[in-house]
Amino acid sequence: MENQQKLIHTFGALAELGSEIAHKQNFQEMIRTSLHLLLGSLAIMRGGVARYSRFGHELNMLVVRGLGDDFPLSLSLCYEDERQFLTNGLNVIEVSQAKALPFFQVYDRSFEKKHVELFIPLVIRGEIVGVIMLGEKANGEPYNSYDKEVICAMARHIGVGIAQRNLMAELERRDEQNRELFDNLRMTYKDTVKAFATAIDCKDKYTEGHSVRVGRYTEIIAAELGWNTEQTEGAAVAGYLHDVGKLTVESKIINAPYRINAKESAELNKHPAVGYEILLPIHHPYTDVPLAAKYHHERLDGRGYPDGLSDREIPYIAKIVNLADSFDAMTTDRPYKRRRPANEVIEDLQRNAGKQFAPELVTAFCQAMLKEVTGETKQRKFRRSLGKEYMEAEGIVPLLQNAMNGISPTSSLTLVSLD
Amino acid sequence: MRVNTTIPVKTDGETATVFAGDYLNKLSGEAVERECRRQIEAGCKTIVVNFAETEIVNSIGISILLGVIDAAADAGANIVFSDVNDDTIELFQMLGVTNHVLIEG
Repeated sequence: MENQQKLIHTFGALAELGSEIAHKQNFQEMIRTSLHLLLGSLAIMRGGVARYSRFGHELNMLVVRGLGDDFPLSLSLCYEDERQFLTNGLNVIEVSQAKALPFFQVYDRSFEKKHVELFIPLVIRGEIVGVIMLGEKANGEPYNSYDKEVICAMARHIGVGIAQRNLMAELERRDEQNRELFDNLRMTYKDTVKAFATAIDCKDKYTEGHSVRVGRYTEIIAAELGWNTEQTEGAAVAGYLHDVGKLTVESKIINAPYRINAKESAELNKHPAVGYEILLPIHHPYTDVPLAAKYHHERLDGRGYPDGLSDREIPYIAKIVNLADSFDAMTTDRPYKRRRPANEVIEDLQRNAGKQFAPELVTAFCQAMLKEVTGETKQRKFRRSLGKEYMEAEGIVPLLQNAMNGISPTSSLTLVSLD
Repeated sequence: MRVNTTIPVKTDGETATVFAGDYLNKLSGEAVERECRRQIEAGCKTIVVNFAETEIVNSIGISILLGVIDAAADAGANIVFSDVNDDTIELFQMLGVTNHVLIEG
């Protein structure tokens, strides 16, 4: 009868331990509960569970009961201890056997003071993940083979719990490493794109820095539209690389100090399609980059090139790059004309909203500029590109406000989509 | 994480009665042990753990009670278990817990 009750009690503890290991989310609570269940199943007065650090070659106590405040919380192991534990496997080591282990000789006073009688190395899949130490039983009797079997069964559960936790920690560490690696790659990609933009700009001595500025304006518009960081970065890349096709256009056409003729213009106008061909085979993290290059000279009214697309047919990113590109063309000196004053440029944007430019993009652009002019934002992106004086032109604030008020949020032609 | 559970206690001179209730069988039962330790540190010479509202005691409960016994032994205090049902007395006897405490009806 007593045996039956003992079995029921022990079996209950084992069942609870299994459930504890499988379901408890909090590792510390899981270990604390596990030690309670182990000690309580056989009424063991004291004990502790230590986790093994193979880097530090030490056992770090995760939880102790009844071992006292002066029990060491960290116990160093040497190679011989580790070898003996691995040879022993997940089996009970009695104190008489443990005395031969080097680590026991270091901590013998602590073990003897608290009557530690058993050591169970938690060897899981050939690796030490921890050690359980147990004191005397409440009934004062020595541990019998039944007790040891129960202890080993429960220790295996606890060992698996620690091994799982170690695995999770390792996965988290690798995840963190991957994230760092990804960030580095992204940084490298951005630097490469910027270097490429500089290379494109080098070809055109009159519009030095054009691609970089268009990238910057594109980024400003995307951010103002409320795009997330990744989408905004993608938009900037599309801006940086929109003129990559110009690399194949003869320098004398690009740098002609006069209005180019029809033949030269036809040659120059091939650059969007060529840019698309250059960018298409590259695995960009942002899918629309080649499309932005191909369609950044299209207009909402269908009078653009290369395909004469109209509003809904034009990829949204290309509309953004078109606005950024046109704004830079108007605000920088060209071989055959000086840059236009701010008031003219703003009026031009307003006038062409719904014809060349998507109205809500012009609104977003003016809004971003207004925030910088009025100091609502501390950023100096426009100022860096256009110069302080240009941005402080007389009447620029009411002009921007008028432009924003005068543009209907969307033209009948424009489909707003962030996809 | 420590679970904050208020354990009912009644004190009478150097005797404190701690009511185990149904807390013992889970991690929150550690509050019973903490309360007993608090009473011992406050100078109680006898700790009575009352099991009137305790139907069963599982392994977690046994471990917690062993912690109480250990704390009392270190401080030279006595432990009495009162109002324990027959099944639980049998369990305490089988595990040797009764070697360390006085059982009262």
